[in-house]
Amino acid sequence: MTQSQQLTGEKLLRVFRKMVELRFFEERVERLYREGKITGPTHLYIGQEAVAVGVVEALDENDLIISTYRGHGHGLARGVPMEAVLGEILGRAVGTCKGLGGSMHAPICVEKKIPLATAIVGSGLPIAAGAALGFKLRGERNLAAVFFGDGAVNTGAFHEALNLASVWRLPVLFICENNLYAMTTSLTKTFAGESIAARASCYGIRALHVNGNDVVEVYEATSLASRYIKEGHGPFFLECRTYRQKGHGGYDLGTWYRPKEEIEEWLAKDPVEVLYRRLLSEGLISEQDRKRIEAEVLKTLEEVVDNVLASPLADFSILLDLVYASKV
Amino acid sequence: MSLREITYVEALNEALREEMRRDSSVVVFGEEVALAGGVYKVTKDLLKEFGPSRVMDTPISEIAIVGAAIGAALNGLRPVAELMFFDFAGIAFDQIVTHASKMRFTSGGQVKLPLVIRTQYSLGRSYGSQHTQFLAASFMQAPGLKIVLPSTPYDAKGLLKSAIRDDDPVLFIESGALYVNKNYYGYKGHVPEEEYLVPIGKADVKVEGEDATVVALSRTVSEAVAAAKQLNELGLKPEVVDLRTIQPMDYETVVRSVKKTNRLVVVEDSVKTCGVSAEVAAYVCEYAFDALESPVIRLNSPPMPAPQSQPLERQYMVSAEKIVEAVKSLCL
Repeated sequence: MTQSQQLTGEKLLRVFRKMVELRFFEERVERLYREGKITGPTHLYIGQEAVAVGVVEALDENDLIISTYRGHGHGLARGVPMEAVLGEILGRAVGTCKGLGGSMHAPICVEKKIPLATAIVGSGLPIAAGAALGFKLRGERNLAAVFFGDGAVNTGAFHEALNLASVWRLPVLFICENNLYAMTTSLTKTFAGESIAARASCYGIRALHVNGNDVVEVYEATSLASRYIKEGHGPFFLECRTYRQKGHGGYDLGTWYRPKEEIEEWLAKDPVEVLYRRLLSEGLISEQDRKRIEAEVLKTLEEVVDNVLASPLADFSILLDLVYASKV
Repeated sequence: MSLREITYVEALNEALREEMRRDSSVVVFGEEVALAGGVYKVTKDLLKEFGPSRVMDTPISEIAIVGAAIGAALNGLRPVAELMFFDFAGIAFDQIVTHASKMRFTSGGQVKLPLVIRTQYSLGRSYGSQHTQFLAASFMQAPGLKIVLPSTPYDAKGLLKSAIRDDDPVLFIESGALYVNKNYYGYKGHVPEEEYLVPIGKADVKVEGEDATVVALSRTVSEAVAAAKQLNELGLKPEVVDLRTIQPMDYETVVRSVKKTNRLVVVEDSVKTCGVSAEVAAYVCEYAFDALESPVIRLNSPPMPAPQSQPLERQYMVSAEKIVEAVKSLCL
């Protein structure tokens, strides 16, 4: 593996800061939710940061990303400004979607090549296949990356999309964030077969499962997948095994349906701590450095929160004009 | 020199061919559309002219067909996806209604979706209850979609070309009966050699008249035009308004006609409850009540699925004879 495909030194420190940003952002969102400042569904990314950051770090900036309702982290990892993501979650005009989408569509940002975050489980996969078709027909060396959870693998859209992407050899990177639960229902009760990655390989798709709590492993697997796809071999499937440290949505504390030991086991494998320990052991960071980084991130975050809370809603009168691109 | 006449199917094929020649981002995919040229030959020989990268057969995967069209539209293409029967749109309802129609709005206006979903309903071809449904009204509840229904070769070509150039998702509903039934007014007709477009969102007066307005769409326009001829022999002159687009609906043309005729019959190939005909009738009653001299009549299918047996299906369908009786009951 060449140097550029490895996460080392400064690059790894940058990744650490990014993961801290995602973590603190979501913790702040959770507080805003508990304070009653956020209405509607709010699905937190806490515990899964290594997936978004590892994948996005390995992608080209012109690769398209299709996200989901648990997508705040995807957007932030891609560089969508905190203010725009939080603005969307809080329904403000500064939001990515002017407050019309809300939390479940907050990462949508055409400028950052995230044209869709879907609120329907599984529906993003065939859309990613179509986006990949655009790259293929124009002969561009880019791919469409689509995130989805373990719940999506039992939808019809999943199977139709994997099959189509494979028979058409489309440049799609499928990224399953397997956090073991679809809402409160354990994967063990809903999934038949050996593994999610094995299911994907039934469609003739190269599939790997990786430790989704280790950003370096996610990065390296994505780099490998990306090279494979861009060499024209067709789609690639990554099953990233991770854990949703919080509940399904803001209303759910995530406790009653999951064994205490399981939660503790996964908290001990927290992706931010995994990376921190690696940085420590490689002498790339000190405790003081960490405190400084965290203080800087928090300061920026609090400014963003204040600004967004003080910012206006979109004017209702502009809404009707956003239904169609070309009026009749 | 006589005017060139071609069929409804040939007109659709010409539209696809011309737009694919004009714009290399136009691609066509669906079940049986490439090698077979379409079950009804609408996509005949497109594969030969444009090659396998732009004309593609798909698996029987309606979710993936519409999903892929959405993704392609998000990434610089102008896909024309085919759903072989309108009934199959039910399988892709999530992609059409919950995704395509809402994507622009939900993104705060960031994205546009220039895609066409072509499909056809086959009432009148003895295909039974699962291959003949006319579900247009169901999709009218999804603002963000445009819904177009050509009733003649001229409109089919001009509207399909407009739909392909449009920057919004268009559900383009054809009539399987007009593909094959030579007796229909809409089966074959004049289509100019030179380029033209028919604008989306404009209804069309197919027959001018003064005694009653008959609003029709798709296949039922042919029935209404046939009914007008029969009524002429009785000394009655109905005006036939073809809606052509139902989302957005051209209410103005309907109301203008009703203000002239003061009587309204609305015809549609679906059950009466909450149909397109119900919407037209409600609109006229709400906004042009004073123009009406008699109650509005809706002519639809009875409240049951379509029977397969051809003689029974004929009785089930709206016909010229039923329209004649309805207009007579209003005027005589």
